[in-house]
Amino acid sequence: MDKEDFRAGGDRFPPTRRSVIEAARSIDAEEREQALEALCAAYWKPVYKYIRWRWNRPAEAAQDLTQGFFQELLERELLDKFDASRSRLRTYLRVCVDSFVLNEDKAGRRQKRGGSISHVALDFAAAEEELGTTAINPAKIASPESLEEFFEKESMRSLFALAVEDLRKFCDERDRARTFHLFEAYDLEGNEKLSYDQLAKDYGISVTDVTNALAWARREFRRIALDRLRELCGSEDEFQREARAAFGWDAK
Amino acid sequence: MKFLSDSAIERLRGSAGTPDLSGTRYRLLDRIARGGMGIVYTAQDEQLQRRVALKILDSSGANGDFANRLIREARVLAALEHPGIVPVHDVGTLADGRVFYAMKFVEGQRLDEYIESVASVPDRLRIFLRICDAVAFAHARGVLHRDLKPANIMVGPFGEVLVMDWGLAKILNSLASNATRENDPEATIFEKPKQFATAGEATEISVVTGHGTVMGTPGYMSPEQARGDVDHLDARSDIFSLGALLQFLVTGHPEPAPPSGRPRLDKSLAAICSKSTAELPAGRYPNVQEMALDVSRYLDGLAVGAHEESVFEKAARFYRRYRFFILLIAAYLAMRVLILLFMHR
Repeated sequence: MDKEDFRAGGDRFPPTRRSVIEAARSIDAEEREQALEALCAAYWKPVYKYIRWRWNRPAEAAQDLTQGFFQELLERELLDKFDASRSRLRTYLRVCVDSFVLNEDKAGRRQKRGGSISHVALDFAAAEEELGTTAINPAKIASPESLEEFFEKESMRSLFALAVEDLRKFCDERDRARTFHLFEAYDLEGNEKLSYDQLAKDYGISVTDVTNALAWARREFRRIALDRLRELCGSEDEFQREARAAFGWDAK
Repeated sequence: MKFLSDSAIERLRGSAGTPDLSGTRYRLLDRIARGGMGIVYTAQDEQLQRRVALKILDSSGANGDFANRLIREARVLAALEHPGIVPVHDVGTLADGRVFYAMKFVEGQRLDEYIESVASVPDRLRIFLRICDAVAFAHARGVLHRDLKPANIMVGPFGEVLVMDWGLAKILNSLASNATRENDPEATIFEKPKQFATAGEATEISVVTGHGTVMGTPGYMSPEQARGDVDHLDARSDIFSLGALLQFLVTGHPEPAPPSGRPRLDKSLAAICSKSTAELPAGRYPNVQEMALDVSRYLDGLAVGAHEESVFEKAARFYRRYRFFILLIAAYLAMRVLILLFMHR
């Protein structure tokens, strides 16, 4: 493996993503739709799980409410009303979900929805399966802090999962599938007995190549995740705080 | 889209947070410690083919207060070339924007771990004297450590003693460089809020000052440092920490007045500890050399300046110091008495 393969990305990468808040306020309808799709891709699972947990709704009702929430976000232009100086986007969305569910209850609506976010595959069965593996203590009283904590944790999970998927595609496009497999085996699967030596033997490469490949993959993962995070934040200040929460140190 | 477990997310956080060493001469090996400002890693210096320790800041951007502090720490270390102070090799900014410095990788144990294998009090005191050497050197160069504690002292495989973590160091009279002083973030960190005109500025400095007051380690921090009385800190603040360190070395606890059950401290040694950790700086040793001298005198069985002995204590110390000769003379005298008795029978 050529050492040059692992140079920092530089200008080979697409430009930094724009915040969904800015995009949602664009006069371009296509851009607004893309913003909503990006938001939906990142938040539909946290929203679904949150409705299931916080509002204790059966799976089918939660699916309906999740779709309805994103539809309402578009129709009522809720993102336009977001004020970055007053709250984080994530908190704003969670509060919007609460209001939406309450309003739906008051109106007694049981409307079957779907199709408003045509380009995002909402795999509710997978979300339901994940919910089963997520540690939720039903006996725990849902304090505002625990609600925020749950939503934050699920949002982070969703963000990282999207970034991993982006990294996989990024590696595939550059004929670096092996690099992604190394990253997957060492950083995702969490086999504590797996060493760089073992990976080098398994893949028939040197330990230095494993080290370089993992360093490259981690750097790219971080860049991709930060890019996605930037897109999902309402302001630079929020982005910096979120980046610190996600990675333990400030982003550039 | 693959589901990521909580542990996978933690691993991703950890691995994505690892510093980007591309473009440097270092290859990351392992994470060894976390401090207030950053993380210390081991790395391989590919050019010199040796292991080094890298202290890397938590945040990117070379112009922030923390970045200035880390650069300043590196410069302080560079100015303190002494066998008892960890040497710095390099300072710079990584590709991801984080400031770092490279220093000697000390393969050894922290003092609190090391002394578990050192049972003899004199051996522990000899280690202490080497710490005093390094601190006295720093004081002579106008630098206070301000965070002396067992965790910041390393003992190498050949018994070498190194004072680490100069992140809280304060420059009293910089012999090293005026540039260091110009960029000294301490001037910001410990400036009094009243010096600032606007409410916004005052609030910001108050917060930073608040951060400053907790800098240090309870038990080892002098009372004036704990109060945040930074303007009045001098070498005697470090002497307080050295006193607590000495107390820890001989009793296992930094606090004076050990409760029953702990080993009883010799009066002279207790007096040295007590004088070093006096509440008021005026009651302490004026400098590290005098403190070290008292410890050396104690080791040599001589009277120490911190304790005025009674006649009995003097006699006991005299006996301990010259026990061999006293016993030899006593044996000789006893023999003479026996011979005289035998001859007069």
